Amino acid sequence: MVRPAASSGPSSTESRCPASNGAGLYALYRKELADHLTSNRFFLVSALLLIVSAASLGGAVSSLGGSSVDSSEFLFLKLFTTSGNSIYSFATFIAFLGPLVGITLGFDAINNERSQGTLNRLAAQPIYRDSIINAKFLAGATVILMLTLTLGLFMSGAGLLLIGIPPSGEEVCRIIAYFLLSAVYMSVWLALAIIFSVVCKHAATAALASISIWLFLSLFMSLVASGISNVLFPVEGIEGYGNMMKNYELDLALNRISPYYLFTEAATTILNPSVRSIGIVTMSSVSGAIDAPLPFGQSLLLIWPHLVVMIALAAAGFAIAYVSFMRQEIRA
Amino acid sequence: MAEPFIIETKGLTKRYGEVTAVDGLDLAIRPGEVFGLLGPNGAGKTTTTLMLLGLTEPTEGTASIDGFDCTRQPLKVKSIVGYLPDSVGFYPDMTGRQNLVFTGQLNGLDKALCEQRAAQLLERVGMTYAADRKAGTYSRGMKQRLGIADVLMKDPKVIIMDEPTLGIDPEGMRELISLIRELSVQDGRTILISSHQLYQVQQICDRVGIFVHGRLIACGRIEDLGRQLENEGNWSLDLQAEPNKKELYEKLSDLAGVKRIEQDATGLMRIESSRDIRRDATTLVMETGCVLTQLHQRGGDLDEIYHKYFEKAGENDERAGGGKTGGKFRSLFHREQVSGQ
Repeated sequence: MVRPAASSGPSSTESRCPASNGAGLYALYRKELADHLTSNRFFLVSALLLIVSAASLGGAVSSLGGSSVDSSEFLFLKLFTTSGNSIYSFATFIAFLGPLVGITLGFDAINNERSQGTLNRLAAQPIYRDSIINAKFLAGATVILMLTLTLGLFMSGAGLLLIGIPPSGEEVCRIIAYFLLSAVYMSVWLALAIIFSVVCKHAATAALASISIWLFLSLFMSLVASGISNVLFPVEGIEGYGNMMKNYELDLALNRISPYYLFTEAATTILNPSVRSIGIVTMSSVSGAIDAPLPFGQSLLLIWPHLVVMIALAAAGFAIAYVSFMRQEIRA
Repeated sequence: MAEPFIIETKGLTKRYGEVTAVDGLDLAIRPGEVFGLLGPNGAGKTTTTLMLLGLTEPTEGTASIDGFDCTRQPLKVKSIVGYLPDSVGFYPDMTGRQNLVFTGQLNGLDKALCEQRAAQLLERVGMTYAADRKAGTYSRGMKQRLGIADVLMKDPKVIIMDEPTLGIDPEGMRELISLIRELSVQDGRTILISSHQLYQVQQICDRVGIFVHGRLIACGRIEDLGRQLENEGNWSLDLQAEPNKKELYEKLSDLAGVKRIEQDATGLMRIESSRDIRRDATTLVMETGCVLTQLHQRGGDLDEIYHKYFEKAGENDERAGGGKTGGKFRSLFHREQVSGQ
């Protein structure tokens, strides 16, 4: 952007040079991070997640203890996936509440600056305009990473105390992979919330829009998917046998639009080594298979597309927010 | 190449769809000058300031500050230009001091220098007593003062202020004006003020530009603008005499060149004429045996200048207005503006 040596004299006599972009971005990033970490809503969200984790851990421990331990293998991972009598498993909770974290951190990123009247003051400083939105996203993502890692350590520590069996090396890898995956999942929602914060004038509108998309994709997408696939490929009657495969494939494809479904699939695979395949398993593919858990590398390979798609979703969401922010008028 | 002008625009134009917000603006401001950009709301003042800062891209034309192109080298421009927006906002959860330090850091200054400069500036704008309170608790006037300190954090060569006097009480206004004068005279900074509040601007500006419908219809020193109007045969005189005789009024009406006389309840007459009638008027006062209590040649008064130029702009508009949709409405709006001043 800066034309090198525009040959007009004043620049040579000018002693102060514009701040390198890094300094501006870093200052903004630090400020955003401090804002997040000292905000009430961050406190609220982390409290919610901790309570939910503790509750689900309690449920898991009680139901694991009740049933005689059938396979002692990967007992530690079961802490994350087993649901109690009246409570969901930790993995389910994260899949459902993860979006809330992203939305909470992002829904007022830009429109709040605008309504406070700080955006034009910020834009008048010698920083590139995109550093504003970059810093917001980076700070949000950092907070998400911190939050998920804290949760992971909390869950592992508490689980260790409760069941007394240390996790194996593979389990540790799987747990780390799972929490990184959750961080990516929440970042998708952070990006979505930032889009709305750019597009919507009011923070409340942005929050409502993000929340409605979250509820739709998490709760109703499966209904919509099965509805559409049942209409296109009915499974009743004689042609139902022929349609069954297509029906299932369409249903799956539609469901996978939702990051919620993607994350649930990936989380199940990574936390449960006995999941050998996602999608359709035919008789021929099962025949001759040895019933043994998948090694970590293979599980990871299975969810690789999910991870890539989620990273792509986050990147695309951020790109949309970025472009619309760069095109917007700065004036209030 | 020593540039005689620090801010220069050539044919600067901004269109939003059909609407032309700024229309071929040619502006040249010398270093150290205090320039007032005057115009009613919606005249394109804010758009102009945003283009000068490179925050909005001009549709046509160029703008440069201190030799840097405002559109192509916005970072260079922004590092030497301080901008005080019309409704300046601060992060409510940070103290005034923290807000200033943050601005300094955005400008790439190191922390120690930021702290030191923030303390100095807070002292200078008289905000030290509230420096460590959250900015969310500040009143409008305090925010404005903090805004000036904020602008000065980067030690700018040029300061652009958008409606700086809006919503400030008279005492705050006085302080603000003396501060602005200080910035110009002591520090030698160039200051561009956009405003529709004539009186304040008149007190501080070396030169003014009158800006209507995105066009600069007059530009120059206030006295020159007044003289220009006089040369066009628009003289305006306030005259009051005691006792207030009917005879005087009639005689004055009969003077050659007098176009109109209005008299208010106190007996103050406002005489509009096409030539200088001061000599004749005083003679008449003495002839009728009255005592002259007040004689004031208007025209050096920005209010008057503004009013006149507005009328002129309005007339031009009506003449040329046929093609433009809503030309009539705009000129109606105009009149309202003027009478509101």
